[in-house]
Amino acid sequence: MKNLFKPAALAALTLLVASAPAMAQSLDQTINEGFANATGWFVNFIFSPFPGTTFPWIVMWLVIAATVFTLYFGFIQFRAFPHSISLVKGDYSDPNDAGEVSHFQALATALSGTVGLGNIAGVAVAVGIGGPGATFWMILAGLMGMASKFTECTLGVKYRNEYEDGTVSGGPMYYMTKGFAERGVPAGKFMAILFSVFCILGALGGGNMFQANQAHAQITNVVGDYPGWITGIVFAGIVFAVIVGGLKSIASVTEKVVPFMGVLYVLTALVILLMNADMIGWAFGEIITGAFTGAGVAGGMVGALIQGFKRAAFSNEAGVGSAAIAHSAVRTKEPITEGFVSLLEPFIDTVVICTMTALVIIITGQLISDPNTGLYLLDEGASTIQTVDGNKGVALTSAAFSSAIPFFKYILAIAVILFAFSTMISWSYYGLKAWTFLFGEGQGKELVFKVIFCIFVVIGASASLGPVIDFSDAAIFAMAVVNIVALYVLMPVVKRELDSYLSRLKSGEIKKFH
Amino acid sequence: MSHKIVVGYDGSDSAKAALSFAADLTRAQGGSIVVAHVLEWSPYSFLTPTELEERHKRRREELERAEAAILAPAVEGLKESGLEIETALKYGGIAATLIHIAKDSGADQIVIGRNGEPGLTSRVFGSVAISLAQAAPVPVTIVP
Repeated sequence: MKNLFKPAALAALTLLVASAPAMAQSLDQTINEGFANATGWFVNFIFSPFPGTTFPWIVMWLVIAATVFTLYFGFIQFRAFPHSISLVKGDYSDPNDAGEVSHFQALATALSGTVGLGNIAGVAVAVGIGGPGATFWMILAGLMGMASKFTECTLGVKYRNEYEDGTVSGGPMYYMTKGFAERGVPAGKFMAILFSVFCILGALGGGNMFQANQAHAQITNVVGDYPGWITGIVFAGIVFAVIVGGLKSIASVTEKVVPFMGVLYVLTALVILLMNADMIGWAFGEIITGAFTGAGVAGGMVGALIQGFKRAAFSNEAGVGSAAIAHSAVRTKEPITEGFVSLLEPFIDTVVICTMTALVIIITGQLISDPNTGLYLLDEGASTIQTVDGNKGVALTSAAFSSAIPFFKYILAIAVILFAFSTMISWSYYGLKAWTFLFGEGQGKELVFKVIFCIFVVIGASASLGPVIDFSDAAIFAMAVVNIVALYVLMPVVKRELDSYLSRLKSGEIKKFH
Repeated sequence: MSHKIVVGYDGSDSAKAALSFAADLTRAQGGSIVVAHVLEWSPYSFLTPTELEERHKRRREELERAEAAILAPAVEGLKESGLEIETALKYGGIAATLIHIAKDSGADQIVIGRNGEPGLTSRVFGSVAISLAQAAPVPVTIVP
């Protein structure tokens, strides 16, 4: 029976594979169109400009928040930077707490959720549309975002739920409900529900579809074109095995390899910069002039600014609220310490890693400018800058790195896949936390979310970059709309914690153990 | 002066040999024993979000398991024979944590069992015995 079945199955499979390309292209197309139609209204709302301008209100929303937190906490991101480093090193950790989640571990896990395609592909999108000047605004947004992250992660730890069995759940949903009640502010529960809905969309968008999409783009870039749904199904299968099957080995291998990939990426970028050391000054010149003049890119200076801020927010997620979920498991008596630690996240993610990507793209001359005027040439649609081989997104970064170190595109492909995967695992967790907040815990309910999550992996890999990136951005920014309101309401709580902690640190009541 | 011996104990045969060596020594010269078990742990390892969430719970389970499966059986027989004995259960790097325990308890000797033939791993990363020999503030005895 078995033997009879085999050849038949084999024949069927061969037939399927042979007819796959034609069928698949149209399947990809159908998914793409359906997706763009279904999400268009949401994207349009989030990115609608101020009346009479081209400036999206959401970008202004994030910038104002980061500025408010920076001023309110007295430039905490610079004042507390050295103390943050000692906390991560474990200088203030009680040795008797060994075996609990350390500051380093909470930071590393949160980072592996944010360091990902935003740093590689997102930056390429920003520079491809906004020109080198976008980098300046991206770095500025990264530095300011440190204050937003500080605020949300402190609150995440302060208002987390600690259950009898020793597990913890934290995040914006919890500080919205508990924190608002404590301060006597109404609508905490409503905000928490709204946030959870957006968090689920964000998990499916930026935390999933964008990752699958760009991982597929990177693979086809190396091995040649083939339909996206194939990558999608393979990825979905692995994600399913981890989050549903509890296959911990894959997740823990990824968690261990991702940090090394991150370091390798930065080191390679540094090598390329050193190879072109004479051009670094020129590149920064391009970044500064581009930041304030626009240098002929689509949308001029405002276009560069919007792209820079957008991609920074997308990459480091400051103000979005996701990090508050990741950081809330740390073992500490002082919630504020996790705030200090978390402010390193936008620094590492945006100020260091994203800047590296941007510099490599600029220095290796991927963007084509008019030799006579020095202005960048736009493509037919006048929406993006012409690149050497017409690359955009992750392919642009790959081309930039490979132009200096040819075999790097293979390493980058592996890095992209791993980054994409670790980001998906992190976001599946954030999404699940929001899901269980809405619907309650229980295996059946959790399974429903996990299956939906896997289906979106396939959709993300099949759809084209435009609609995916629009939806991903929109969902993540929608989280920030709700979260930042909560941060404004609760920032006096953080201020109290901060003042109390700093005075005890000064008096020596909080002591170093190492 | 009363003697105190810290015994690095993981339930293996060589650890049992180390413990019985320390017991004989204590019977002969008086004093007490600290049976120490170290759960290997680095605060710089990488965990998934789910592992973070469950860490506190897992730690509690690990401690209970080590207490019940490793320390309790080791101490039981010796206590009956009238030896003064206490236990220590900690997370950390094995050698460094044994040194901490020795310092904190004021022990004047550390006894450990030898862990088989030196393999490639211990050549590359060093072994507990070598690290202790290099860094311990008190004499170290390695029992084969």
